[in-house]
Amino acid sequence: MVSARGLTKRFGSSEAVAGIDFSIRRGEVFGFLGPNGAGKTSTMRMIACMSPASEGTLRVRGLDPSRDGPTIRAGLGVVPQQDTLDMELTVLDNLLVYGRYFDLSRRVVRERAERLLDFAQLSERAGSRVDDLSGGMRRRLTIARALISSPELVILDEPTTGLDPQARHLVWERLYRLRQEGVTLIVTTHYMDEAEQLCDRLVVMDKGTIVGEGSPRELVDKHVSREVLEVRLGEGGHERLAGDVRGRVERVEVLADRVCCYGDNGDEMLALVHGLGYQPENTLVRRGSLEDVFLRLTGRSLVE
Amino acid sequence: MMGRPLWVRALGSWGFRYRRTWRGSVATSFAFPVLYLAALGVGLGGLVNRHLASQPGRPGLTALGGVTYLVFVAPGVLVGSAMQIATSESTFPVMGAIKWQRLYEAMLATPLRTGDVLAGHLCYIASRLALASGAFLAVAAAFGAVHSPEAVVALPVGILTGMAFSTPMVAYAATQETIVGFSVVERLVIVPLFLFSGSFFPIAQLPGALQLVAELTPLYHGVALARACMLGHLVTLSSLGHAGYLLALVAVGAWAASRTYRARLAS
Ligand SMILES: Nc1ncnc2c1ncn2[C@@H]1O[C@H](COP(=O)(O)OP(=O)(O)OP(=O)(O)O)[C@@H](O)[C@H]1O
Ligand SMILES: [Mg+2]
Repeated sequence: MVSARGLTKRFGSSEAVAGIDFSIRRGEVFGFLGPNGAGKTSTMRMIACMSPASEGTLRVRGLDPSRDGPTIRAGLGVVPQQDTLDMELTVLDNLLVYGRYFDLSRRVVRERAERLLDFAQLSERAGSRVDDLSGGMRRRLTIARALISSPELVILDEPTTGLDPQARHLVWERLYRLRQEGVTLIVTTHYMDEAEQLCDRLVVMDKGTIVGEGSPRELVDKHVSREVLEVRLGEGGHERLAGDVRGRVERVEVLADRVCCYGDNGDEMLALVHGLGYQPENTLVRRGSLEDVFLRLTGRSLVE
Repeated sequence: MMGRPLWVRALGSWGFRYRRTWRGSVATSFAFPVLYLAALGVGLGGLVNRHLASQPGRPGLTALGGVTYLVFVAPGVLVGSAMQIATSESTFPVMGAIKWQRLYEAMLATPLRTGDVLAGHLCYIASRLALASGAFLAVAAAFGAVHSPEAVVALPVGILTGMAFSTPMVAYAATQETIVGFSVVERLVIVPLFLFSGSFFPIAQLPGALQLVAELTPLYHGVALARACMLGHLVTLSSLGHAGYLLALVAVGAWAASRTYRARLAS
């Protein structure tokens, strides 16, 4: 569906995307996970043919964005990071205006708009001005709008950033339904739980490069131990604890507010910490996650 | 791509939004010329006509081209207001479409390209100018300021003059981060032009050097052309010169805008 080789985006002398390779298959949910400034949006804009690549080759639906932008976009749905809804128009009118850009007949746009409002659970708000909607409703409207052309590929740039947990789950559920209908989804996020929930495969981006790729399970298996023990000490001493356990667990990382110990058995690691005479303020044993993958691959945590 | 041309789809979306405000806009388009022609053409014009008629040798007939002040001033205000409408439609709405509402970005995520987005917006502005100029002509006719069938050509002249301001302004607006520059342009360019380009008095009244400056401004050429239409001596070589000047400005502005739009929107 999409393939990139050596894809690069430069703004002046700075490289936002530094020569990345990836390929996205039909029907999958493909994620770009990375912190602020990783180059996710720059990559999405290139895939959406809204911004020309500085270097490298890119194919979207078999076509070349530099030549066939309009044709590619005709079969593409885009949910930009920042909403671009028309605040003065009603919810329904936003869909109607947008559908006309794709040259759908008024009748078809109207039919699809009603169906999509239902899909986005906005039917009761069809006549409201966008200005009056909550953040979650606006995001759902933006998603509905991106679907007006019945695209086979939808690009979603941080679809749930800024939404409360309930609103996020609703969005996830709708995206899951789209996937079941066979729509290919590209999702960027800096939430590891979102990537884990939604993505069949993903790449981890950092500073314009791809530092890891695979399914969420593969990435965790490859880069992280089975279990993780998080320890918070009351009064510093994190470095000393790390020094004491190093060599006796698989790996240890010191973060701003906690120490993470990696190993096959969290409870055994906890017993070790207690055995060394530490009285942690709190501790948590959990399974390895994409958060740990990111930490492992970049040396930094995903959400500061 | 099959189907409607892409720029027509962009124009259509402006039309769709206009449906929400068309009543107020149409009312203003008619109210504006009524106010101006009543105050200047009839009110002030009454004094001017009487003064000129009382001069020995009756120079008024030649000073105003042999017509009453109402007939003289009507084409001037027509193109002057076209300039003002074009300028305001080409500044804040452009900034809004780029930064505030991000309408352009929404369009660019669909088959539309930057050139289509630009062309659609310019055509919308031209339509607004057509409405304003048409309304102005109708009101002017009702005031008895139309003396020739050639006056209908003043409608395209209003559009042309407006677009000679619109395309460069749109090009400029697309480079701006704030609206500060817009009021500077309004105060330092638009208002002086409105007052001194021959709309309200013949530029022969200006000191020699300023006359030359006035003749270089686009509004002067628009006023001269519209006046030629309204008075029925359109078919002259100088009309061709005026139209050529304005067309060249439209073209240069459109070329510049296509560059600034691409730089701003497709980076
Ligand atoms: N139009 C632009 N002009 C100049 N620099 C830009 C532009 N857009 C992005 N950048 C820079 O490119 C880098 C990558 O930005 P990008 O928006 O692609 O990251 P991101 O992963 O989407 O981040 P976020 O999570 O904050 O959305 C950043 O350093 C950013 O400052
Ligand atoms: Mg981004």
